[in-house]
Amino acid sequence: MEVTATWYLILSALLFTMGLVGLLVRRNPLIMFMCVELMLNAVNISFVAFSGALNDVAGRTAVFFVLVVAAAEVVVGLSLVVALMRRRPTLTADDLTALRG
Amino acid sequence: MVDIIVFLISAAIILGGAAGVIASNHPVHAALSLVATFFGVAVLFVQQSAHFLALVQVVVYAGAIVVLFLFVIMLLGVDETEDLTVEPLGGQRQLAGILGVLVLGLILGGLFVAGPGGDRGALALTGQQSKTLPIELDESESDVQLLAEDLFTRNVVAFEATALLLTIATVGAVVLVRNQGGEDVVVDEPGTASA
Repeated sequence: MEVTATWYLILSALLFTMGLVGLLVRRNPLIMFMCVELMLNAVNISFVAFSGALNDVAGRTAVFFVLVVAAAEVVVGLSLVVALMRRRPTLTADDLTALRG
Repeated sequence: MVDIIVFLISAAIILGGAAGVIASNHPVHAALSLVATFFGVAVLFVQQSAHFLALVQVVVYAGAIVVLFLFVIMLLGVDETEDLTVEPLGGQRQLAGILGVLVLGLILGGLFVAGPGGDRGALALTGQQSKTLPIELDESESDVQLLAEDLFTRNVVAFEATALLLTIATVGAVVLVRNQGGEDVVVDEPGTASA
């Protein structure tokens, strides 16, 4: 028995699901961002696993781009959180109702 | 055999870290659990001989991103414990749990069952050759060399676009957190303070 791509893909599915559930359950925007990072990491695991299984380096290139986009997303997201915190004292997603119709 | 042990230990670290992120009631604890997950993923990258990606994973994720999270947590002073026992929206957690199980079933189903013509779903892919001429992974060549070859030949436009994206993100962050009203900014310069 050896570690095949299937193992990595199952782990990736589990990690993605945990990130999804966390994103839905938690109401602190910082923790919600962390859950998005978990989901991105799950996708990275499966990209590298497929890259190894298909013997194609394109999967690793995709991981590289995911890393860059994740960094940009965190920078913009956290500055949004900082800008929101200037206006209201508590940090809860439920309080952000400025866009309500 | 060693492979399996390494995989199981890092899988335990990854899933434990993820559980820590979604279940801890303190944002700092969640950020530190996130570090554990990132290191576990880096170990899996090393195991698949993607050494450069493992390095970048540690530097960018465990280094830059988590430090940014901790910095914002400390800066905003939101490092308070949150009471997770109250559930503001009734039934939200149950629904989220059901949705999670469904999504997991969907992914695993796609992995093992579904797929056009193939009896093993997405895993049937691994036996085929991909359509675009693959730059093949050669273990004798270094990981960085392969990645660079692909990045600077086939994906050079995307690479330039990421440079633009990072610039836009930096400018956007500065614009978002800039003090627009100019209210009560106390510049504490030693030269002017005494005057």
